[in-house]
Amino acid sequence: MSTVTADPAPGRVGLPTKLRQSWDKNWSAWAMVMPVVLVLAILIFYPLINGFWISFTNQTEANQLAEICTKSITGGEVCKENPNAWSFVGLDNYLNVLTGKVGEFWMWTANTLVWTVVGVAFHYGLGLGLAVMINRQMRFRGLYRVLLVLPWAVPAFVSAFAWKFLFNERFGVINSMLGWIGVDPVAWFDSRWTSMFTAVVTNIWLGVPFMMVALLGGMQSISDELYEAAEIDGATPWQRFRNITLPGLRPVSMTVILLGTIWTFNMFPIIFLVTEGQPAGQTEILVTGAFRAAFEGLRNYSLASTYGVLILSILLVFSVFYRRVLRKQGEVW
Amino acid sequence: MAQMTTTPPIADAPASPSGPARVNKPRRGRRSIAASIGLHTTMIVASLIAIGPIAWVLLSSFKPGYAVQSSELTLVKDPTLANYEYVLFDTNFPIWFLNSVLVAALTMLFGIFFSATTGYALSRFNFPGRRSLMMVFLVTQMFPVAILIVPIYTIMANLGLINTLPSLVIAYLTIAVPFCAWMLKGYFDSIPNSLDEAASLDGCGPFRTFWTVILPLARPAIAVTGFYTFLTAWGEVAYASAFIQDDKKFTLAYGMRQFVPQFNPQWEYLTAAAILVTIPAGIVFLFAQKHLVSGLTAGGTKG
Repeated sequence: MSTVTADPAPGRVGLPTKLRQSWDKNWSAWAMVMPVVLVLAILIFYPLINGFWISFTNQTEANQLAEICTKSITGGEVCKENPNAWSFVGLDNYLNVLTGKVGEFWMWTANTLVWTVVGVAFHYGLGLGLAVMINRQMRFRGLYRVLLVLPWAVPAFVSAFAWKFLFNERFGVINSMLGWIGVDPVAWFDSRWTSMFTAVVTNIWLGVPFMMVALLGGMQSISDELYEAAEIDGATPWQRFRNITLPGLRPVSMTVILLGTIWTFNMFPIIFLVTEGQPAGQTEILVTGAFRAAFEGLRNYSLASTYGVLILSILLVFSVFYRRVLRKQGEVW
Repeated sequence: MAQMTTTPPIADAPASPSGPARVNKPRRGRRSIAASIGLHTTMIVASLIAIGPIAWVLLSSFKPGYAVQSSELTLVKDPTLANYEYVLFDTNFPIWFLNSVLVAALTMLFGIFFSATTGYALSRFNFPGRRSLMMVFLVTQMFPVAILIVPIYTIMANLGLINTLPSLVIAYLTIAVPFCAWMLKGYFDSIPNSLDEAASLDGCGPFRTFWTVILPLARPAIAVTGFYTFLTAWGEVAYASAFIQDDKKFTLAYGMRQFVPQFNPQWEYLTAAAILVTIPAGIVFLFAQKHLVSGLTAGGTKG
């Protein structure tokens, strides 16, 4: 972590003096972070607080105005109170969502869990395997590395479209290749789990490069002396991997797994463009399902906010839990 | 492609204590022929899977429409440039392209600047609020963009920014900067603090130190930040579709959706457009790729 000169003991000084000292010492740091803090406050935290409030109302596109104004013939404006204006409804939105009256919260949650767990597991497993291999001396290593990282450079919506093209039932390459080994064309988007499969495959393809690169970086910061010492002691490659590489990668792994989980959980474009929820909304994950429920047709702001609060809560609970587990194992960050 | 084979092996992370040790280490890395074949086979298969989808789209983009939508599998069939011609000359694609370049370049410039200053402050100064800011950055990653759209739309409308490209730049910065600042903080942590102290003894203030001493040393991480911010802006669809209403102001990601009508997607034009969209991202990638590993490293190791 950063090394900073220790706070000079403030001694017994009044609050204003303390503030002044703090300002003198820290003004440059605050100046450096200020623009980012301001923008985040306006564009992320204000909407968050606002959304939290709206989730307890019944606000939609139709009833959001407190007054309805109509132009009169003389050109002036007459404003009347909106008789159907939105109002505070307490926990109604949450009850509707959680009891399944609106949307399919529990199915979407199940989908999201499958989607996230499978996605992150494969990202990490494949990323680790490839990183271990590419970390060794070999011919064409630079070339392999570039090719393997390439999917990262492809914009997500292009990848989504490319895979939808490959999985097309009539002229997709994948069905053609299945044809070679005598399998009938699969109507990928006609059943829940094959449809989910296409999205998960797309997501895995898209996410492995990031993991591979991050883990490769982590591996290269492990001291070679450890490996040499282990070799002299006669450790097998598996033992070296198990007892040096994996523990050495722990800090990187913990970070990328947490980030990967959050990113995958909220990954919007793949499901939205590849499966489009087919068949009949059975492959929606929480973010896409919420988006369709709240924004297709009449825009339902309060419903969108309710889902937003629920999604954020799930992720917050997860990361607090995750950090606690890490801390128990002696990892502090 | 010659460029990357001539670049030195990737072990140029400043934090890495390896270096010379790697050279005189003959035993590890020797392997039997069978192991070599296995390794290369795996690498080749993995590489094929990695580039396969894009390569297939590339091949398809040179086929006429009827061949793109045929179940017969051919690599090349009546090659033609007609799809590209249509996309480039008969649609608004060039304008969307310029819009995207503008938005992505601005996002990249501002993104690098803000992430670097913030990352430096987080790394070097123990100011009150530092830890909570780190947490806030993590929490911002948890907000589903799809849900934030409406409130942000309202704010942009109040600021009079709806249907302008700056609204997109600002929105993309909120996505990219928290992660990049976090990554850069990790990288700055790996640059010895003694450099700052020396500069400060020479009479440099914190801003000068940052600009003339630290920033040049952080080039790999800056390259990764540039790559990441560019890609974020280049590929984003949700905000672009919400904020921009004018056909002349669309970005590529959103404009391309015009080729996908509900029932009869024009796959042949889509393939050509997809390739054209991927090229600039690929160019940025080629510039950044040799720094990717070392740039991301330190960020990861420190968490």
